[in-house]
Amino acid sequence: MKNSYQILPVSEGCLYVKFGENISPEINRQARKLSNYVEKHPFAGFIETVVSYTGLAVLYAPEVVRKAGKNKMNAFQIVGELMEEYLPQMDSMPDEPSRVVEIPVCYGEEYGPDLEYVASYHGLSQDEVVDIHIGGEYLCYMIGFCPGFPYLGGMDERIATPRRETPRLAIPARSIGIAGSQTGGYPISTPGGWQIIGRSAVDMYDPAAEHPSLLQAGDLVRFRSISVEEYREIRGEAL
Amino acid sequence: MSFKVLSPGLMSTLQDFGRQGYQKEGVNNSGAMDIISLRLANMLVGNDEHEAALEITLAGPTLEFTADTLIAITGADLSPMIDGIGVKMNRPVAVVAGSVLKFGGCLKGCRAYLSMAGGYDVPMVMGSKSTYVRGSVGGYKGRALAKGDVLGSGQAGSYARHLLKNLLCKGARSFRAASWYVSLPHLSGKEMRHPIGILQGLQMGAFSDESLHDLLTKQFTITNASDRMGYRLEGPRLLLKEPLEMISEIAVLGTVQVPADGNPIILMADHQSIAGYPKIAQVIGADLPRLAQMRPGAKISFREVPLKEAEEQLLEMERYLSSLKITLKHKA
Repeated sequence: MKNSYQILPVSEGCLYVKFGENISPEINRQARKLSNYVEKHPFAGFIETVVSYTGLAVLYAPEVVRKAGKNKMNAFQIVGELMEEYLPQMDSMPDEPSRVVEIPVCYGEEYGPDLEYVASYHGLSQDEVVDIHIGGEYLCYMIGFCPGFPYLGGMDERIATPRRETPRLAIPARSIGIAGSQTGGYPISTPGGWQIIGRSAVDMYDPAAEHPSLLQAGDLVRFRSISVEEYREIRGEAL
Repeated sequence: MSFKVLSPGLMSTLQDFGRQGYQKEGVNNSGAMDIISLRLANMLVGNDEHEAALEITLAGPTLEFTADTLIAITGADLSPMIDGIGVKMNRPVAVVAGSVLKFGGCLKGCRAYLSMAGGYDVPMVMGSKSTYVRGSVGGYKGRALAKGDVLGSGQAGSYARHLLKNLLCKGARSFRAASWYVSLPHLSGKEMRHPIGILQGLQMGAFSDESLHDLLTKQFTITNASDRMGYRLEGPRLLLKEPLEMISEIAVLGTVQVPADGNPIILMADHQSIAGYPKIAQVIGADLPRLAQMRPGAKISFREVPLKEAEEQLLEMERYLSSLKITLKHKA
């Protein structure tokens, strides 16, 4: 299949290869594939890649790229041309297989302060929102926003809810939320604008691990609804 | 070389160039807000410029040196004093064991950098000594300094040992500073008033013509809710032509994103790798150190710069630092 893409400058040290305008497994698959390809074929000045829904960010040190580059092109043009060469070549590479990961979540009340808002926004009961949320299998499109934060696709449009107008200054660690038609979780306490519907009982981020993030782009994720008692048992908290 | 923390100050954290290669795990870069002052602080004491230094914010700590130590203080002028006597900045300073370094009022800038010859002896976490306080990662026990902490150095090089010996052989009660210094152009008063350069953001075209005009002509104020993660600005509200439910995508140091309330946020050193609000602009790399020295309450304005010029300015900065490095080698 022939790729359609745009190469856009983000900063002096970052460009974005954009494969599409919407959240789709196929668009994201191309971003993950280019990521693998660039990592296997690093260039002078290459720092890292970041997969996101619609494309791949490539980060580089412009002074190193320029030193190794040619003529009077700037770093964006040099790396951009390289991506144009990589894109047709990556199609010959096989896809990486997906892992399946289950996350136990305690929904609503103190752990999900926005569940009531999400339910009333759609004229559903809170239980119906939870049933819809645990009914899905979600593709982890990308990790970002904060350490180990997964952006999950495949959420049912019946519970899609806009972000809060003003972000909260602190959201508790492991909160599970909704933003538009995206769902995901906050592995650490951080400011953020998502609607919070529950809390994961398992850590989503461990800085001492070789791979600090529980999830990675390309994983398949399921949620399981658990009681407050089970949540506390998993966390090792007193009842 | 080492010191003990008698009082920690407002927010003193170890920072180096930050973490690279972990953004796919969502791990923030962190690192020094004013990377130029960090690099200079290290060069002055003979360290590799990538070493960590103590980033000191607005109100400085009180530190007692527990061994003869070669230091340098760069960045913001927080009125450093050793045993009550003012210490000149931007030069190597030999401190005698038992002396106490304090800071007074913040006269210029927002963040000072304290380097120690041999670097700070803390473990590398994900390839960096930078502290990410929200994630309790890196630096000294993953947090800002606290009373009673003792920070030691790694092995100082021959340049530092030689300089320390030379400065102290003339006899010093508390400390002796080198007579020469290096000036930092980005911290001069004239430079600080110059508008901050920006590139077009990925969604710049989605904002109303009036908002784009406001961005480039009006002043904004850096609010008190600003920190190492982001500078929250207040001023004319920046509005979209029409509602846009964004798909979250890449964000980098200096990205200017605008939540629905219309108040822009500039992502700083502890920024996330993915962000969900429309991006109106991108602060140019050469102006980030200057921005990092602007404090809450400061007024800020913007000017648009073509990508090519922004890159040239960045390369110019690198050339300036390379020439400094050569000059400092000759001093040794």
